[in-house]
This record gives sequence, C-alpha cells and structure tokens, in this order.
Amino acid sequence: MTTIRHHVSDRLLMAYATGSLPEAFGLVIATHLSLCDECRARLGAFDAVGGQVVEGCEAEMAAGSLDACLARLGVQDRRVAPLRSKPGVFPQPLRDKVGGDASAVRWRPLGMGVRQAILPTSDSATARLLYIPAGAAVPDHGHKGTELTLVLQGAFSDATDRFGRGDLEIADEDLEHTPVAEAGQDCICLAATDAPLRFTGLIPRMLQPIFRI
Amino acid sequence: MERASADEQNWTALLLAVRDQQDKVAFAALFRHFAPRVKGFLMKSGMSAALAEECAQDVLATLWQKSHLFDPTRASVATWVFTIARNRRIDAARRAARPEPEDLPWGPEAEPDQQEALEMAQETERLGAALALLPESQRALIEKAYFGELTHTEIAAETGLPMGTIKSRIRLALDKLRAQLS
Repeated sequence: MTTIRHHVSDRLLMAYATGSLPEAFGLVIATHLSLCDECRARLGAFDAVGGQVVEGCEAEMAAGSLDACLARLGVQDRRVAPLRSKPGVFPQPLRDKVGGDASAVRWRPLGMGVRQAILPTSDSATARLLYIPAGAAVPDHGHKGTELTLVLQGAFSDATDRFGRGDLEIADEDLEHTPVAEAGQDCICLAATDAPLRFTGLIPRMLQPIFRI
Repeated sequence: MERASADEQNWTALLLAVRDQQDKVAFAALFRHFAPRVKGFLMKSGMSAALAEECAQDVLATLWQKSHLFDPTRASVATWVFTIARNRRIDAARRAARPEPEDLPWGPEAEPDQQEALEMAQETERLGAALALLPESQRALIEKAYFGELTHTEIAAETGLPMGTIKSRIRLALDKLRAQLS
C-alpha cells in the first residue's frame, strides 16, 4: 500500500458506518477504504459502536420465526474473496460502478484537455471521474456544500497541500481552489459533491449547466 | 462483566460452529439472541414491525450464508450483525446497493488467533459498558445516528467513547493479514 496522508474525517466515517451518507459520498469512502487500512480500522471501531447499539435493542419476534428462518437456510456461500486486489487503477467498489477499470470510462471533454465522466447515483449528491492531464489545472472553483476528491492515479496540488494516490481532499464552503495535476503522469480523481461547484471564471460558469458539474 | 464476556466468546464459538459444521443448533442460539435485537434496531430505525420481522430473518439468514467471511480478530459477532442489519436497512430504503470496500480474505491461516479474538470480544464489551455509562442525552444522540435519523451534516463525530484500542487491534489484524498476503 502506498503511504496515504489525507484520510476520511471522523464525521464522514461515522456517517458511513451509520448508513447516513448519500450514495455518491459512500462510493468515494468505500474506494478510499479499499486503499487505506488505517481508515478501515477506524471504521471498524465505529461499527463496533453500532454493534453495541444493536445489543441494547429488543423486539419480540413473531411466532414460528425461527422455524421459518431455518427452513430457508440454503447452502452456504463459500466463495472466498480474491487474495489480492486486481492490478489496475480502480479499487473494486469503483470498478463495480464503472463496469471496468480506467480504460472502460466513457470520458467527455471539459476543455483544456480536462475530461470527466458522471457516474449514475441514486440520490442528490453526484459522483464523477475527472481526468486532468499532467501539468494541467481544473478551473478555479469554490463549493456550496461538501466536495470529496479522491486521487486514483498521479497527483495534484492546490493551495492546501499535495494529494497522491489514495489521498482524500475534503473541501467545504471555505475552500476556493485550483487543483493542478503534477507533471509526469496524468491525474485521475473520483469526486463527489452534494451541491453544484461555484466556478469563479465567466466561461466555466456558462458551461456549467451543459457539463452538469 | 465476567459473565457478559463469556457470552461474547460464546457467540464467536457458535458462529464458528455455523461456519465449520453448518451447525443448526448453534444457529438457533444465535437467532434467539440476535434476531429480536435486530428487529428492535430496525423498528427504532423507522421500519414497520412486519418489515422489521422480515428483514431480521434476512439478516440472520445472511449470517448463516456468509459465515465464512466473519473474522473474530476484526469484529465481534454483535459488530458483524450490526453491519449486515445496517446494509439490509439501506437496501430496503433505497433499493440501491451500498458501495462496500473490497472484501479482505482470511489469509492462509484457517483459524483466527484465539487470544486476539478473545481480546476483540472483551474490548467490544468494554465499549458497550462505556456506552451504557454515558450521560443520557449523549447516548441518545449516538443511538439516533445509528438508527439513521441524522443526516451526515448533523452527525457529531465525537462520541466520547473509548474506541482507540479497538481501532488499534483491528489495525494490527489488518497488518498481519497484509503481511501474510505479500
């Protein structure tokens, strides 16, 4: 595993553990967790709290409930998980969503070599993949809600720090940034937001409704 | 406390009997303890009694079905039951699969380290005791979050619970697993 320096916040991890995240955010967190044992372990602690909450609940089962359940127990599923992740850029949760690795993505140009692909999710928050050529910048933008950006290939830097594979940037209303992809390798990110981005330039602002970003 | 600890160990042993011997007597004991708790949990999460009954049966059936994925060095049985119940609740609510991280395998060792499994069970129990000792308002807020009544922006991540040791134990188990795999 590569060294990951930017992790999921406690608030987001707890929201993931309690099942309170929109699907788009859940996808970003699950993808990060697939790359980060530290956050996986922290999630385990939040899940343990959930286990103790369940222990404190009780409701009477219907008559014949156990027999009904016993009657439907089938053959146990003994498929063991693959011994290691498949080689490639996308961890499994993202691969499931896209239907393949990075080569399977149907990109749409955003201008200046930047490309994106919107991923279908069931609720208000949106998820998309961003492809930023090495050395290129994503137009200057701020945020109305929360934006999560997870690096999957290459690296980008903005005013706050450098983000490499597995690093998660959590941006809120206070952050206005211009992420620039590092030279050397094109950068691929998975981003999710629960509100439209606010571009500061006029042209990107006009294009926004067209590109749905 | 001692008695409760024996209980947690017992659940682990019963689940391993389900996994290794398809033991239906062990399953029935797990069902009697956990099914009513799962049903209560789902009802507090806003489900009707009828749907919660059906889902609680689903959750216990999943416990049987996927017992080979249970790793007692990374979770107690109660913790594992919670994750299955939570996912069932999400499925029922929005009919969309919840994105889950990659499955991690057991590793080449067929049996989990007994001592580590024991310590995980004890540590989880200490967490339960600490939860019971929290001031009522604080505990109610945590429960509300786990019942799915708070949005992600309403959640206050500071639980006031001692979760550091559990996190460290899971981390060690994961490190061991990665070492075995590489």
